[in-house]
Amino acid sequence: MNEYNFAYLDEQTKRMIRRAILKGLAVPGYQVPFASREMPMPYGWGTGGVQVSAATLTPEDTFKVIDQGADDTTNAVSIRKFFENTAGVKTTEETDKATVIQTRHRIPEAKLTEDQILVYQVPIPEPLRFLEPRETETRKMHSLEEYGLMHVKLYEDISQHGAISTSYAYPVKVSGRYVMDPSPIPKFDNPKLEMDAIQLFGAGREQRIYAVPPYTKVVSLDFEDYPFEATKADHPCDLCGAEDSYLDEVIMDDTGNRMFVCSDTDYCRSRRAAGHVGRLAEEDAA
Amino acid sequence: MKPLLQVKGIEKRYGARIGCTEVSFDLYPGEVMGIVGESGSGKSTLLNCLAGHLEPDAGQVVFDTRADGPMDTVTMSEPARRMLGRTDWAFVHQHARDGLRMSVSAGGNIGERLMAVGDRHYGDIRDKAIDWLGRVEIEATRVDDRPTAFSGGMQQRLQIARNLVTGPRLVFMDEPTGGLDVSVQARLLDLLRGLVREMGLSAIIVTHDLAVVRLLADRLMVMKSGHVVEVGLTDQVLDDPQHAYTQLLVSSVLQV
Repeated sequence: MNEYNFAYLDEQTKRMIRRAILKGLAVPGYQVPFASREMPMPYGWGTGGVQVSAATLTPEDTFKVIDQGADDTTNAVSIRKFFENTAGVKTTEETDKATVIQTRHRIPEAKLTEDQILVYQVPIPEPLRFLEPRETETRKMHSLEEYGLMHVKLYEDISQHGAISTSYAYPVKVSGRYVMDPSPIPKFDNPKLEMDAIQLFGAGREQRIYAVPPYTKVVSLDFEDYPFEATKADHPCDLCGAEDSYLDEVIMDDTGNRMFVCSDTDYCRSRRAAGHVGRLAEEDAA
Repeated sequence: MKPLLQVKGIEKRYGARIGCTEVSFDLYPGEVMGIVGESGSGKSTLLNCLAGHLEPDAGQVVFDTRADGPMDTVTMSEPARRMLGRTDWAFVHQHARDGLRMSVSAGGNIGERLMAVGDRHYGDIRDKAIDWLGRVEIEATRVDDRPTAFSGGMQQRLQIARNLVTGPRLVFMDEPTGGLDVSVQARLLDLLRGLVREMGLSAIIVTHDLAVVRLLADRLMVMKSGHVVEVGLTDQVLDDPQHAYTQLLVSSVLQV
């Protein structure tokens, strides 16, 4: 532990990242460029999120990492260990005990509070990227608030599939100004983007940081006749019986059996500890 | 009558070379102006200066905006100019691929301008897209096909539909019939003439094809080496050319 500066990055780098974070908070949804550092993990593993977490953590913080809602997947385990080693901070799997939560592709089911910071890992921060490949042009579109193109994507969805089929990384308008890619969270989580906690987004490879301050208005884009819908599998959790959480589908065998379980493992565990039982919970225990 | 567009002393230089210089004219509502000249005569440079794609080195382009009356588009703010570019102005490129989004369906291409000015009702956007496909003689069943599946003539017609859907008042066309075979050209010209008359559009058409201007343009401007050498009513210029270069141009047309 003593070989590293606190939280791996040197103080000047953290200072630079904090400035980007503050600017991001001051201009909600605006992508602030920053000098992303080489991290001891590959791009796509959350190098942006890790740098934001490193600049945010203090020695008193309790850190939690989730990957697709789960605390026990490779990505989450290795990033948690990384900060255990380099920062020596306490870590937890319980959402309400954490002060900084780094997440990939989910927002925790439990309501976050003003004392918490949610850090997202972002692969491609530019919501217009797949429609307009030129960075110079997308920057101009953001600065002049020309967002008609975003609706062209939704139009294409409806014309091809009969409904808005974009189900993750669903574009939102932040504070009535910037259109933002909320990172690949399911659109089920989009309504939760208006929350009490600070939300920071870090894209390491693309070298962008952006942020949503607490209580900021976040509107999912849609059409008047095809309004936004937060969708999930129409099923209760098979382990804890929750009907309000986002579910993962798990294939059980080759005869078509499957189960749905909460993707937020901490939420599922705490519900089962409180005595809630789902359809397959007994068999699972046995 | 108030002119829709007043061009005053436009000049564009590329270093020491002249792109176009000392171009001035007035364009009135409903009027179609043709610009002809050989390759490299500065036609496209002029058109791009007028449409705000290039910044002229000198001169004014005063457009009679709906809201604020005559405004110099060269000095107006970029957001305002880009807003004009997708509402009151339309630009038809020579190559349809430059003006279309090739990875987006025909309906999406037509709808883009509508959505850019704030249309948020899918059903309405789609109805308008289908209506416009009909107007440019593309079957309604092709609305969800991508332009890559369209022939060159259809792509050009789709580009025209995409540009005219917001009811612009001024259309810039850069060789709209270039690269199309003659029968397709004839149909496109027929269509354009119909649309221009029906919608009361003003247009500036750049071309090297004298037949196109004969058919579409009320007035004609002949350019040579960046200078305007002759201006007048189309029939007058073509039937009784005064300048040596215009005479050469008119006599160069092949007679079948």
